Amino acid sequence: MTFKRPTSAGWAILAIGALCAVGFADAALAQTAAPAAPAAADAASTAAPAAAAAVPNKGDTAWMLVSSALVLMMSIPGLALFYGGLVRTKNMASVLTQVFAIVAMVGVVWTLYGYSLAFGDGGSMTPYIGGLGKALMKGIDANSTAATFSNGVVIPELAYFVFQMTFAMITPALIVGAFAERIKFSAVMLFILLWVTIVYFPIAHWVWYIPAPDDVAAAAKALAAAADGAAKTAAQAKLDEVTSGAGWLAGAGALDFAGGTVVHINAGIAGLVGALIIGKRVGYGKELMAPHSLTMTMIGASLLWVGWFGFNAGSNLESNGVTALAFVNTMVATAGAALSWLLTEWIVKGKPSLLGICSGAVAGLVAVTPASGFAGPIGALVLGLIVSPICLFFVSTVKNALGYDDALDVFGVHCIGGIVGALGTGILVNPALGGVGITDYTNITGNNAGAYDLAGQMISQCKAVLATLIWSGVGSAILYKLVDIIVGLRPSVEEEREGLDISDHGERAYNM
Amino acid sequence: MPGPSGDEPMKIVMAIIKPFKLEEVRDALTAIGVHGLTVTEVKGYGRQKGHTEIYRGAEYAVSFLPKIKIEVAVASDQVDKTIDAITSAAKTGQIGDGKIFVINLDHAVRIRTGEADAAAL
Repeated sequence: MTFKRPTSAGWAILAIGALCAVGFADAALAQTAAPAAPAAADAASTAAPAAAAAVPNKGDTAWMLVSSALVLMMSIPGLALFYGGLVRTKNMASVLTQVFAIVAMVGVVWTLYGYSLAFGDGGSMTPYIGGLGKALMKGIDANSTAATFSNGVVIPELAYFVFQMTFAMITPALIVGAFAERIKFSAVMLFILLWVTIVYFPIAHWVWYIPAPDDVAAAAKALAAAADGAAKTAAQAKLDEVTSGAGWLAGAGALDFAGGTVVHINAGIAGLVGALIIGKRVGYGKELMAPHSLTMTMIGASLLWVGWFGFNAGSNLESNGVTALAFVNTMVATAGAALSWLLTEWIVKGKPSLLGICSGAVAGLVAVTPASGFAGPIGALVLGLIVSPICLFFVSTVKNALGYDDALDVFGVHCIGGIVGALGTGILVNPALGGVGITDYTNITGNNAGAYDLAGQMISQCKAVLATLIWSGVGSAILYKLVDIIVGLRPSVEEEREGLDISDHGERAYNM
Repeated sequence: MPGPSGDEPMKIVMAIIKPFKLEEVRDALTAIGVHGLTVTEVKGYGRQKGHTEIYRGAEYAVSFLPKIKIEVAVASDQVDKTIDAITSAAKTGQIGDGKIFVINLDHAVRIRTGEADAAAL
């Protein structure tokens, strides 16, 4: 045995990692002020002396921690097995390793600076990016809290931190399905490191960052109570100030309960761009590339379904009736979508397939993600029934017509399913269709339900979809090119034929 | 030295059969006194058409079908009986029942004892 020195690619990764770490550490140290005061504490002080600082509910806290573990289970082993079963035997270990390594790397990055960029206060840039005020978890301890969707209800910020971490882990892991079986491991790791930093963290911030919803409610109350003249002007100014602190898509009124835009459209378009830039697998369209184990894929899809309860119902951030609604929607939409894919395939292709029902379940989970806390169960069921034929059309007809090699259909299922879900959410949130109505933090007397406006809502939804497609699509394209220059994206043809298990990892998934 | 084809004392009877017929063939061979058999899982094609597999949008014509290959070494005078046994046991009358090939066998040794040729079978 001889010890091999790290390759130039290896050194490049180490260098970039070190630079990032140093850069962010400096920035974090430069933040002498402590901007991490808990949102709820701010809210309480604004509304003072009406209430003392809110204390997290034990049930909410327990549910958020369980949900976080469930979402981790979606990535490993759920997604890893779902994807792994779909590749050929010679690339099984490669896919499993990529997913596992992405989960681990993003966990580290999230702790160092990711959470801060996504959910910190970005000062003048705050509609677009979160800044580094919470880098290295500055100011976050067991006593700090994060606001929820209910006024005056908080959860431990650490629970929010780890819950959101699991989302940041699974989103980039979704992308690897698009270029599976033909990308170097070093390229995957470098690309994902850059991608979460430049694409995911900002988009999560745009859509989900509402610094202090309780402040908005308090300011709106003050405005309503203000007598007239100067008092009213001051109250209006205060309301404008607190609402302007949100991410720009959240401020635009785009609804995305659990991440249809941030997670699925985002990962789906990044995957498509990757499949196009990296190119087709050697032998694509000529050689047999059938899934090596639909058994693994079925296990993975089932774990995804179970884990998704944490993803969707956990996204309510509390344990209450809306949590149950999101849970039920996740159940019925998925059941509907699994069935409708099976039936569509049966009618169109002649046979009902296991891969079909598993794919349908995932498509349904994707579609219901943005809608889970907004639609009613029947709306969710309709959404599930509709999404599968659309995704099936994309993964078979459109993909074959255009000839791109999205190996595991990340675009066809996640991006298309995500868009169906995002637009469907805009329709199904309508109380007339059984939806809960618009969540409006200024409307604290009306159960947070604002007036529903179909056209306005659909414009907001389209804005979020297009912004994500453009930012993620263009950003990813640039990053793929950059990674290609630094470490190279593709293995040699010989290595690809031999399989990435051996060429990248020096091991086989199966020694039988 | 053994003479030309047909004079050798031993033959290998190789048969490609449908996988689910293996047990019947084995029973038939045991009944006529054949004591050993080598089995291999193989793929191939003959007159039997393959099938189509569909994975989402990808359709694959699978023309190589799974079969079982058995190899039996027998004395030359046992060949006809062996062929009859395999034929009657493996036959369904449908396309894809398989084929039997008979090959000359020059020499055989039982590893444990060193016995040779007919005594080794």
